[in-house]
Formats: sequence, C-alpha cells, structure tokens
Amino acid sequence: MNRREFTQAMLAAGAAIPFGITRAAGQTRGGTLNTIIQPEPPLLVTAFNQQQPTLTLGGKIYESLLKYGDDLKPMPGMAQSWEISPDGLTYTFKLFPNITFHDGKPMTSEDVVFSCMKVLTETHPRARQNFARVASAEAPDPLTVVFKLKQPFAPFLGCFDCTSAPILPKHIYEGTDFRKNPLNDKAIGTGPFKLKEWVRGSHVHLVRHEGYYLKDQPYLDEIIYRIIPDSASRALALENGTVQLAQWTDVEFFDVQRFKAQKNLEVTTKGYEYFAPHQWLEMNNRIAPMNDKRFRQAVMHLIDRDALAKRIYFGNAKVATGPISSKTKFYDGKVKRYDYSIDKAKALLDEMGLKPDANGKRAEIKYVVPPYGESYQRAGEFFRQSFARVGIDLVLVGTDMAGWAEKVGNWDYEMTQNLLYQLGDPALGVSRTYVSSNIKKGILFSNTEGYSNPEVDKLFDEAAVTLDEAKRQELYSKVQAILVEDVPVAWTLELEYPIIYDKAFKNVVSTGIGSHETFGSVYKS
Amino acid sequence: MDAVRAFLRHPSGMVGLVVLLIVVVVAIIAPIVFPVSPWEMVSAPFTPPGEDGLLLGGDTLGRDVAAGVAYGARVSLVIGIASAMAAMVIGVTIGAISGYFGGKVDLVLMRMTELFQTIPAFVLAILLVATFNPSLLTIILTIGAVSWPPLARLTRAEFLRLRNREFVEAALCQGEGTLRIVLGHILPNAISPILVVTSLTVATAILLESALSFMGLGDPNLMSWGFMIGAGRTVIRNAWWMSVFPGLAILITVLAINLFGEGLSDVLNPRVSRRRS
Repeated sequence: MNRREFTQAMLAAGAAIPFGITRAAGQTRGGTLNTIIQPEPPLLVTAFNQQQPTLTLGGKIYESLLKYGDDLKPMPGMAQSWEISPDGLTYTFKLFPNITFHDGKPMTSEDVVFSCMKVLTETHPRARQNFARVASAEAPDPLTVVFKLKQPFAPFLGCFDCTSAPILPKHIYEGTDFRKNPLNDKAIGTGPFKLKEWVRGSHVHLVRHEGYYLKDQPYLDEIIYRIIPDSASRALALENGTVQLAQWTDVEFFDVQRFKAQKNLEVTTKGYEYFAPHQWLEMNNRIAPMNDKRFRQAVMHLIDRDALAKRIYFGNAKVATGPISSKTKFYDGKVKRYDYSIDKAKALLDEMGLKPDANGKRAEIKYVVPPYGESYQRAGEFFRQSFARVGIDLVLVGTDMAGWAEKVGNWDYEMTQNLLYQLGDPALGVSRTYVSSNIKKGILFSNTEGYSNPEVDKLFDEAAVTLDEAKRQELYSKVQAILVEDVPVAWTLELEYPIIYDKAFKNVVSTGIGSHETFGSVYKS
Repeated sequence: MDAVRAFLRHPSGMVGLVVLLIVVVVAIIAPIVFPVSPWEMVSAPFTPPGEDGLLLGGDTLGRDVAAGVAYGARVSLVIGIASAMAAMVIGVTIGAISGYFGGKVDLVLMRMTELFQTIPAFVLAILLVATFNPSLLTIILTIGAVSWPPLARLTRAEFLRLRNREFVEAALCQGEGTLRIVLGHILPNAISPILVVTSLTVATAILLESALSFMGLGDPNLMSWGFMIGAGRTVIRNAWWMSVFPGLAILITVLAINLFGEGLSDVLNPRVSRRRS
C-alpha cells in the first residue's frame, strides 16, 4: 500500500467512525451490490458456524454490541454507549432504541443476555471462553445489559464484534435445540440486511431490513452473494464487473497485481486488522531435534522470509517479527531479529551437535502439508528447498482436511504450517498458542506445538487481567522478547488479504472487521 | 528375428520407438544436464522462456521448467513402466487361473474382474491414493490395481483358446505339472497380445499418474509432469509456459508409446504381418 492509498483508506474509515450515522455528502439510497461467496457456507447462523464464508455472509444478518475500528478501538454497534466500573468487573451497555429482528419483533437486552450466556456458551468455541469469565449477566431494563466478571479481563470489551458475539432472537431459540431449530434456515437477526432467498449452488440474496434502527441505513437495496467455485471464473467476474467486490481468498494472490492496474477497482489490504492473519512454521517442541531451542532458532535463520513473501504471496504479506502481529495492539518490534543466514543456521546446528553425516545430511523431518490450497503446497516446497541448503531433508506428507486436523490436534506431526487470527488482542488471539494451560490434546488452534514456559504463562496471565494499558504493554513486550528468543514456532508472515471493490461503492472497508462487517453504511455513488 | 526386422520396417512404430528412446535418454541424463534439483528456485518467479538462461522459463517460484520436464520424464517412465508391470502381474495371474481352470473359479474371478471394470478407474485411483498417503510405491500399486482388468480378460481369452490345443493335451499326457504347462506351454503362446496391451497400459498409466498429480495427489516429493501442469494451471493466463511444456511432454510420450504399441501389435499379430509381407 502506498501513501496515497493509505490516506484514502484512512479517510474512508474516518467517515464511518462517528457512530456510522453522520451522513457524509452524497450518500444515496438504492443500488445492488454483487459479490462472491466461496466456498458455499453450510449455514448462515454465525453463532453456530465460524468459517470465513459464514461470517462474511452472516455478518450482514447478525449484529453485535460493538464494532472495531482499524485501530481496534471499540465503536458503537447495537450498543450506543458503555461503561466500565473502576475495578474492571462490571460492564454496562446501553442499547440503541427501536432495534428489531427481521421477523418484526423488538430486540431487547433480554436477547443479548440469552444469546451470550445461553446460546454462545454452548455453540461458539471462542465466545465460550470469553463468557465463561462472566459471573452474571443481567437485563435491568430493555435497553441496558450488565455483565459482571469473575475477575478483571482486559480484552472483554474486544469480545463483542459480529463474529464473536452475534445476537439471536430469544423468542425463537429459547427452550429449543439451538442447532436443530427449523428457523435456522430463515437466519433471523437484527442486521441491516435480511435473507430473501438462498439458491444452493447459485447465490444468496439479501435485501434491506426496513426496520433497521439507524436512520436511512442500510443505503443499499440488496446484496447478492454469488457462489463461484473456480478461482479463474471469480477473477473474470470481477474483471468484467459481474461482481463488484471480492474478499479473503476470492482472488488468488498472483491475480491481485492485475487488479491494481484496473482503473475502476480499488485494491486495499485494510479491513483485516481485527483478524491480522499470522502465519508460522509449526514445530512439535516435544520431538528431537525440534525440542532444542538452537534448532528452532536455526529454522528462523534458514528461511528467506522476504523471498517467501515475494514468491508465494506475491508481495501480499509482511515478514513477521514475533508472536504478535504488527497490526495488533501491544506489538513490540524491538525484539531479536533473525536475518536470513545459512551460515548462522549451520553454526547453531553444529553447536547443538546436529552435524552432517557423510552425505551431508543432518536430519530428516516430516512436514505435513496443510490441505488448504495451492499457496500452502507451494510454501511447503519452499521450506523443503530452504532446509535442503543446510542438509535437512524435509519430507512433504500430503493429507486431507480431516487428516491434517487429526494429526496436528493430536500432536502426531513433526512440522507443519499454521495460520491463526489475532482477534484484536493478544489475550484473545495470541496467548492461546503459547500458554501451557492451553496444551489440550485433540483441540486444534490450541498450544499444539507443546511449548511450555512458566515465565511466559505468568506474563500472559497477568497481562490478561491487568487493566492499565501501559502496564499491559510492558508485560507483552517482556513476553515477546522471551518468545522470540525461544522460538516455539517459526513465525513467517503476516498475510495481507486483499479486499477488491468497484470504486462506485463507498464505505466498503470502514472498520477493522472489513468484509465481515454489516455493510449498513455502504452506499453506491 | 523376423519380428524385429518387420518392426524396423514399420514406419509409425519406428517413429514411436525413436521418440520413446529420446524420452528415455532425457530421463537418464537429466541429473547431468540439470545438476541442480528441479525444486531449486533458480530465477525470479514467472521468468519467460529463453530469459535468464532458462530455456523453457521459470515457474511461479522461479524453478526451472526445463529441469522439471527432464526430471518429470524419470517419474513418468518409472511409474508408467512399474505400474504397467504390476497390472500385468495381477492381470495375467488372474486371467491365467480363470482361463485354465474354468468352471467355478472362472466364474468367481470374472465376476470380480467385472466389478473392478464397472468402477471408473480414475475415481478408484483417487480413493486408493487418498487412503494410503501418496508416495511413489502407493501410486504404482494403485495404478496397477486399477489397470489390470483388460489384461485379465485378454489373458483368459487366450488361455481358453489354447487350453484344449493338442500340444497342451500332449503335455498333460506326459504328466507335466500344472505350473509347468501354464508357464512353459500356454503363456509363451499367449504372450504377444499381452505384451501389446501392456505397452499400451504404460501410456494410460502415465496419463493416470499425471491426472493424480494434477489433482495434487501425486508424491509431493517428486517433480512430475502432472504436478507441473496442476501448479501452473491457475496462472495459465499470465504464464502459459508453466503448463504447456509439461503438457507437450505428456502428449509426445503417450503418443510415442501408442505408436510403438500399435507397431508391436502389427508385427506380432501373425495375420496382419502376413498381409503386410
């Protein structure tokens, strides 16, 4: 992103920040937005499924109390204001008046309490962790929600985006088997758009929710999500204007450059700040030689991560310096840097006694290739060549989705690649990979590499319950320094997915949630 | 020797043989011409053919396409020949037992063969490879396992034809063992059509392996033509050379094997060769 684009994006974000209700000049009602959804989501209820396509589509249908700017600061969602008690235990949210569900029934604080404490704690793995910290949730009046925490939890205010805490109608779900509720097909939420029809294998048609609580919003009449499984067809549809918006992996990395040259399209990497996809080469710390810190440091030295970003992700990535993404709060870049140096890698391997044998071979390591598409396959090939330069044979093992989840979740792997979202706060998205309390066999995206360091545990735990931002920064800076020295996993890149849209549409990227956002303020000029 | 002389006079068969020999030579000398591994990223990504010292260009990671095509020849030939052999061993064994013994054995074995014939070979191959992690050995065995039915039926037909001939009955009268009769008397007389079909099986095996690799189900540690096409397919609009050259390699090799096989068939089939001379 150059400076001009950055300024533009900042201006676009700025226009949306003041409650999303101030009208910038020229916001007109009407218009259809055609976009892409792939793969086709299994259902639209974001409380029950958190795969990316479900969230992108469901984000328009289900809202939550807050939104988050590209600086990850909370902004009003369905809550117009909020208060935190000085002891950090009581959170009081005031809702906007006149919020209605798509079936016309009013949305009240009862629905919020029911959704967070009854539904999400059962169906949403991430939300379950967050709301498990709540001692009691109350609805003293229809527009007030009060959460009382068991102990302070600094990122609690970061748990209310539309992907982590979608609000469902109590009158439909109370007393039913949530996942089997027949009205799940109707996807009734409070968002600016409601489901009109879903033709399987073809498209999902959303239309404006007339009873939306923000004046004049949504500006668009309808959004049509077209299901286009083939990547070349998706690129073509965007190129000839059949669709006007593409997000996440809709457009392959190598095609992004091509769209930057197309005049009517805007290509931005903003709108992923909340997720900040962070990628690494995961090493099973339980198995030799990966159990030796020097080996893992050598891995950091022997991967040319600039070349990785350039060759596999075509520049749509930034070299990661440590466990926390530079786009996330409490990032500290003043840590030990591992430059690309075969000599340093060899020296470390020699030092730990992993010397080459007569054939120049030091070790053979199995690398499970994640079955998530081409870039993972290419990255595996890239790593194999990198390791070969110091005499380590990386044997690529192919597998399917279930096989990968099974192997990694049950620690039955030596090396693989992994990608996790940072979720706006290290206590939500980062600590889960490193604290020993999260070494849980069978659970994916936990501390699967098996790194354990009491000092790190202590720092992460303390930072999660500390409310003072400066103090938290200090703790996170300390933990980053330790982790970068220990290299539990070899951080490679911060991926920068693009959002590509027709310039006729404004406010497309207005928050750090990007394409999962409600799109109530998107308009066509 | 007559057969060899006849083959030398067979124009299309000879073309096939010569091209095939060229492919074999390329496969053999690949490590000498391209001492650097075909996986090594030797240039900038998307290097067009002829630039940067890369005759056939570089792929998305900057790997030499020419080196890939040369090393791919090794993989394709090894897998093609080995899995055709595997198919031959399975097919001939089943066909021979079925044709020689007849009766209930024949019934059971042929119903089983038909069962395999009704399942589309490629679908079964995908299933098998995905079940047993893809590696050189599992791919060879898989392709062998889906390619044997035509060989089994052919062998059975040949055995049925030869089983009641006088020379077999003579051998029986002399008290020769079953194995000796089958291997020493019937099989040598049935071998010509089996060889022809086996040679054609090599071609289909190469195609099957390419298709599997294209789908990402090849051995991830082997550079093969199908893999190269699969990897280059997505960027075909920006960089045609990544998929076209390995595609041509497959086309030429498979065509050569088919020409060779047909030539072999013409020469070994007595009726056709008599007509020729």
